[in-house]
Amino acid sequence: MTHSTPAPAETEALGTSPTASSPARRRPSRVHRQRLRAAWLFLIPMLLVLAAVAGWPLLRTIWFSFTDASFASISEYNWVGLDNYLVYDDGMWFGVLADPAWWQSVWNTLFFTVVSVGLETVLGLIIALTLNAQFRGRGLIRAATLIPWAVPTIVSAKMWGWMLHDQFGIINDMLLTLGIIAEPLNWTANADLSMWAVIMVDVWKTTPFMALLTLAALQMLPSDCYEAAKVDGIHPVRVFFKVTLPLILPALMVAIIFRVLDALRVFDVIYVLTSNSEDTMSMSVYARQQLVQFQDVGYGSAASTVLFLIIALLTITYLYLGRKQIGGES
Amino acid sequence: MSRFTIRHLVLGGAAACLLAGGLQAKTITISCGAVGAERQLCEEGTRAWSDKTGHEVQVVSTPNSATERLSLYQQLLAAQSGDVDVFQIDVVWPGMLANHMIDLSQYTEGAEDKHFQSLIRNNTVDGRLVAMPWFTDAGVLYYRKDLLEKYDQKVPKTWEQLTETAETVMKAEREAGNDKFWGFVWQGRAYEGLTCDALEWVASHNGGTIVNAEGEVTINNPQAREALALASSWIDTISPRSVLNYTEEEARGVFQSGNALFMRNWPYAWALAQSPDSPVKGKVGVVALPKGGEDGRHAGTLGGWQLAVSKYSENPALAADLVLYLTSYEEQKRRAIEGSYNPTIPALYKDEEVLAAVPFFGELFETFKNGVPRPSSVTGESYGRVSNAFFNSVHDVLSGEAEPEQALSGLERELRRLGRRGW
Repeated sequence: MTHSTPAPAETEALGTSPTASSPARRRPSRVHRQRLRAAWLFLIPMLLVLAAVAGWPLLRTIWFSFTDASFASISEYNWVGLDNYLVYDDGMWFGVLADPAWWQSVWNTLFFTVVSVGLETVLGLIIALTLNAQFRGRGLIRAATLIPWAVPTIVSAKMWGWMLHDQFGIINDMLLTLGIIAEPLNWTANADLSMWAVIMVDVWKTTPFMALLTLAALQMLPSDCYEAAKVDGIHPVRVFFKVTLPLILPALMVAIIFRVLDALRVFDVIYVLTSNSEDTMSMSVYARQQLVQFQDVGYGSAASTVLFLIIALLTITYLYLGRKQIGGES
Repeated sequence: MSRFTIRHLVLGGAAACLLAGGLQAKTITISCGAVGAERQLCEEGTRAWSDKTGHEVQVVSTPNSATERLSLYQQLLAAQSGDVDVFQIDVVWPGMLANHMIDLSQYTEGAEDKHFQSLIRNNTVDGRLVAMPWFTDAGVLYYRKDLLEKYDQKVPKTWEQLTETAETVMKAEREAGNDKFWGFVWQGRAYEGLTCDALEWVASHNGGTIVNAEGEVTINNPQAREALALASSWIDTISPRSVLNYTEEEARGVFQSGNALFMRNWPYAWALAQSPDSPVKGKVGVVALPKGGEDGRHAGTLGGWQLAVSKYSENPALAADLVLYLTSYEEQKRRAIEGSYNPTIPALYKDEEVLAAVPFFGELFETFKNGVPRPSSVTGESYGRVSNAFFNSVHDVLSGEAEPEQALSGLERELRRLGRRGW
């Protein structure tokens, strides 16, 4: 009774109706050929722009990762093969993959991704269900929830940084006034708190995005199931788990994938709040530190390339699984 | 009619300028401090040079944060841009930026001999003088004169004495009801400032400067271990645990509000501690930082800023002339009197007008003369990593995550790894 899982196109993500995929034709008609040509014509400018602004820098980064280029002399470099990634030298392993700080940043990134996306999904779902109900002023509330999402991350992170400041931050002030804490907490520097502070700021900012996508999916639901459930007197919680959740799951999955890919690349919120601290350093922060602060273009590019590979692998896996599911069901 | 004369005046003025400066009036671009008085003093200095030579000077703003500033410089220089002729660079950057800077010794005519030789050595990379010292800085010890008198204590000469005095006074002050009072505040956050503080502890115990002048890693020695063990004993006894997240300003906040007996900081804190609205105005003394034991020495980490000329400048000779003007005796004297910037010329520490304006320059002369340089010249482009590894290891020891032996042997391995192909 479940719907077939649609391909993860943006159209579904935005909650518009799934377009019926045109059945494959055996003999392409003239019209079809014309259409194909037109489609390619429309696509070529976009592909050219993408190649220039994404493809070329990416290839250059991968190229640099095999060299010992440095910021001090970017034009003079030697080919060092895989040395930036992993090399056994003098009885020790060197390179990105042998650096404990890199693995710490990988772990930080994964932890951040799982926890923040998990929280955002649950909270977004709750907010969406609330906004889905009919009440007065719903439009206003819906617009208001979007504000955190509309503020640029760099601005909101700086704002939170001041609010979380241990000396004069308003958060500590409120908690002290309420008597919840005895002395000011060092939110962004204390090793036990800083990751949670980063996650909290990210959740505050990104929950509206999840809520919006979930709400779009909720608005698409057919009402007859719910009427039937009402007539049969089924408990609302059961209705949610048996009807609502399976129906919105495809859209929810797309939203989650979007967020996961974003979270794996996280840089700004962490860098603004905690700078280069090893407790919260993400893979992107690590790559930037090597590249800019330590001027090691080769090593930094290697770290960026590993990060790119991890994200590419996840994306490909997701696309492959999505396709397989459709194939298996049809 | 009046408009007519004004236009004539303007035209006449412009013609006069052209005649005075010749037709080759060039524009030199300088990046100097973006912060309040620093910027104003820089503009006054460059204007005086303009009036003297007839060439224009453009002052460009740079980010306040030294780290951000370095990133910006590196991007400009990596692109071989001639947009900025003269760069104001931190004392630890010459090694990193040497490739992009001209050798100034061809223009100085021996002017560098008048400056502190420690700074000149610091700014000389592979035999090339890549920057001229502009103003200097060194870590110093601030103390509360009134409290030492009240409890009949001496100004400490060694770290051990400082520890004891701080414990005694802190206990007494807390018993007297000042429960926010601490013995000693300093910079403990894992950042460049901790490298400066920890280098002072190690160097004052005769434990060297992390990497010696030959490029050998020397940090794993008994004196360095002793210094770190002593420093980690301060946490929660004479220094608050939050000191592990202090930079200069947090430490000054505690000291200036009257809640600390001792503070390690740069000279800039003097003017602020003595400002009219400061709770500790008139109660503060400044001395050189303590020795590590009786056989140790007084060591203050060298800070401060230099002026360098970019290799990509179209007018290197003119830019060098501006640098020599700004770093000259007269200009440094003016900056010392008006902004209390430490001169880099020893003779100015005996200049009566300077001493009248900033009395402690005389007392601190030895500290500035014998400033301990961070190993930035020898480690060159790797200095950022060396410092990063050092302050992270020290931070681990201070926060109790590692013992000194373990942290320093790990640091030694890490540094050997960084410098395995020569620095």
